[in-house]
Amino acid sequence: MLQLFNWLIKTFPSLASHQELTAFVLFIILGLLVLTFAAVVAGSLTYFERKVAARIQSRMGPIEIGLGGYIQWVADAIKLLLKEDIIPENVDKILFRLAPYFAFLGAGLTYLVLPFSEKLILADLNVGVLYFLAVSSITVIGILMAGWASYNKWSLIGGIRSAAQIVSYEIPSALAVLPVVLYAGSLSTQDVVRAQAGWAGFHWMIFQNPFIFISFFVFFISMLAENNRIPFDLPEAESELVAGYNTEYSGMRFAMFFLAEYSNVFILSAFAVTLFLGGWQPLFGLSLKIPGTAVDLWKLFSFFFKTSIMVFLVLTIRWTLPRVRIDQLMGLCWKYLVPIAFFDLFGVMFWMVL
Amino acid sequence: MSLTRSEEWYLNMGPHHPSTHGVLRFVVKSDGEVIDEVKPDIGFLHRGIEKIAERLEYNQIIPYYDRVDYLAAFNASWSYVMAVEKLLGIEVPPRAEYIRVILGELNRIISHLISVGSFALDMGAVTPFTWAIREREVVNDIFEMVTGSRLTYNFPRIGGVYQDVPEGFREKVLQFCEYFPPKLKEFNDLITYQKIFIHRLANVAVITPEQAIAFGLTGPNLRGSGIKYDLRKNRPYSVYSEFEFDIPVGTGEAGTLGDAYDRYMVRIREMEESCKIIKQAIEKMPDGPVRAKVPRKLKPPVGDVYAATEAPRGELGVHLISDGSSRPYRMKIRTGSFAAMSIVNEVSHGLMIADLVALIGSLDVIAPEIDR
Amino acid sequence: MEGIENIYTYLKGKFGEGIGILDKESRDPWFEVKRENLREVATFLRDDPELGFTYLVAITGVDYSKFVDVDYKGKLCATYILYRLRDSHQLIFKVFVEKEDPVIPSVWDIWRAAEWHEREAFDLVGIKFEGHPDLRRILLPPEWEGHPLLKDYKEPEEYRTPDGYLVVKTHRPDPLRENNESDQK
Repeated sequence: MLQLFNWLIKTFPSLASHQELTAFVLFIILGLLVLTFAAVVAGSLTYFERKVAARIQSRMGPIEIGLGGYIQWVADAIKLLLKEDIIPENVDKILFRLAPYFAFLGAGLTYLVLPFSEKLILADLNVGVLYFLAVSSITVIGILMAGWASYNKWSLIGGIRSAAQIVSYEIPSALAVLPVVLYAGSLSTQDVVRAQAGWAGFHWMIFQNPFIFISFFVFFISMLAENNRIPFDLPEAESELVAGYNTEYSGMRFAMFFLAEYSNVFILSAFAVTLFLGGWQPLFGLSLKIPGTAVDLWKLFSFFFKTSIMVFLVLTIRWTLPRVRIDQLMGLCWKYLVPIAFFDLFGVMFWMVL
Repeated sequence: MSLTRSEEWYLNMGPHHPSTHGVLRFVVKSDGEVIDEVKPDIGFLHRGIEKIAERLEYNQIIPYYDRVDYLAAFNASWSYVMAVEKLLGIEVPPRAEYIRVILGELNRIISHLISVGSFALDMGAVTPFTWAIREREVVNDIFEMVTGSRLTYNFPRIGGVYQDVPEGFREKVLQFCEYFPPKLKEFNDLITYQKIFIHRLANVAVITPEQAIAFGLTGPNLRGSGIKYDLRKNRPYSVYSEFEFDIPVGTGEAGTLGDAYDRYMVRIREMEESCKIIKQAIEKMPDGPVRAKVPRKLKPPVGDVYAATEAPRGELGVHLISDGSSRPYRMKIRTGSFAAMSIVNEVSHGLMIADLVALIGSLDVIAPEIDR
Repeated sequence: MEGIENIYTYLKGKFGEGIGILDKESRDPWFEVKRENLREVATFLRDDPELGFTYLVAITGVDYSKFVDVDYKGKLCATYILYRLRDSHQLIFKVFVEKEDPVIPSVWDIWRAAEWHEREAFDLVGIKFEGHPDLRRILLPPEWEGHPLLKDYKEPEEYRTPDGYLVVKTHRPDPLRENNESDQK
């Protein structure tokens, strides 16, 4: 973003006198772009998920509305926009209204440090990984607020479950990221990706050493849990808690939760790819002879291709597995994932020293 | 003084709750997630069939029995016609008995399919349900072919069945018997032997054999507790004594004897056994009439009669008291779900909310059968 | 022990007057147990090694007030259906009470299944089970008036919700009622 700003100032010298204003406008435009991107990604993901689910369940999925049903998610979004926004009596109105935005904030802010390509990143923070870990747990505030404000015991249980779950799983996910950071020697997401350069994926983090290989699975499982995906979707377990924290929500506010959930699926996959699977490092190295700008496109494509495969994995898991129970969930975290993650961390340290 | 303090609260589960399988209500007293007490509140689907029956002729009551248990409509109305036949001493022609056995077992399969499918749904896995429904469609087509309807068949008659099976019935049923076991194996691979699924169900909601008998549980719920009791074997009615089949019982394979997984496994295994029975029945099916000569106006003798069949949800018994007129003086329907519901409070102490869902799902209760 | 007559003589020898009539004419024969002796007889039926009826199938509440001419006509009755699981022997016995005093001792602690069946009999026929821990209506809503399976039950002319909203009016004449009367004779 800084580069973009500098480039703007350089190209249009007249802007130099209004630097603050320019930065502000740039912020707004980029923010809107991120929102649009998030919405499109989340929407496409709903279509993708429905199609995958349909294949798994031997159904058709959406087929009616445009391009083999692809426009379905737009129709759904319009429907949700037009729906009455019901705010029940007795709810804590301020918290109830705010909650969806907080839930989305956690998802939206992480786009900031997501390296789509070598040049395409909103802000290459030097603490990018840390930022990602910190920001992604803002979602829990939104969910807790929603559960508390809804004045509904099922929502409350959902909110509390979610808080316990996300806070617990922060630990293994952070610990699982640390080996990567150690190996790359930097907290910047771009640097982590750059550290994985090489031919045909043998330099991806996941193949660097056996401890990181295990770390990847720890990270993946804890990210699934942090994002409330099956088999860890206890906060909204529909057969137990009706719909959990979003029971009382309707219309656009519900859509915000939905958006957050699907953005999170994308982000979970994207970060798994960034940290462990080579990020935007081009597939097949650069053994393919591609001219200048096409290389960037190929990098972008590589990133999205790998991310799509991860998303597909997440969706397949969702439509195959049953849900775990809350005590098993906590047991998995504290009895297995945290020790394993620690073990990995020390393993990587020794590996690097020796 | 301890710094943390917990309070019990009351949760109202139902009547509209995704996992109550119809309209049931549970008043759950719990401390956070851990349940202390569950008070089932039933009667939301009470239609007063027992009261209605007092005003109807014996043969007019049959369709009401389809609504007693709509997932196993054939078995329910079979119980009723059996009671009336016993009361009047009517001999049912063998072909009719065979048709009843085949349809009854087919109905057991589709009822169990719904049961295990929705149970998996309760456990959070959506796909097994749609797979179960897919298999169910095949049987529904057979039922449509024979009876003309897909859910409430209204097919048994006092003294037989409504009509003979159509052309191609035999082939279609045999085809299904070939088709179904591999599909069941597929289903098992998907969910039954799934690690998370087993962990969710093992040692959960254990019903000891003593409890099961004391509370009068029947069917798969009783057998899940390890008691080998099946009306088809122990009080053979119709022509069941002519077939070879096993009675699957719970063995505690995943954890404790009588846990939710045992009850679930009994249903899975029963479907295989049903397939065996159907195959034998279709091979042995004799020719002949499908309805005995029954007078138009039934005048049964004064007295009591109790007859029961092994329906998918356990013993579905009909207690008729006749005063010699053409209408039953009193009719009582005894259902498996009613008994199963009465044990919920007994075993739910100390379970978690997610386990209560597992308990209800594993008991396989449906609201119309509880309330009648 | 097999056969209702053997069981009847066995019980008669044990309890004497506590066991009433035996109806052999009925398709499923039954005998009568006096309500004073019900709990003893029930415990004996369950625990005696010869009998061992551990499994209660159902309790049917019956109002015999419009029955054919028998000596228990006009009484309320609870019919107990029992199984012996080891050989699937079925046993039916009845307890008769006067309509003015419809109290029967509860057997809920002898057969736990009785707990809900007794509630149902109370709900539909109005037999009060003495000693029952939680005798409430079970199928009908708690504010319901009357017991619908009594033969002199009159259907209400209108149904209202607990808050007083009118749900439905039932002023339709009953086409079967007269027919029903003639049928009884």
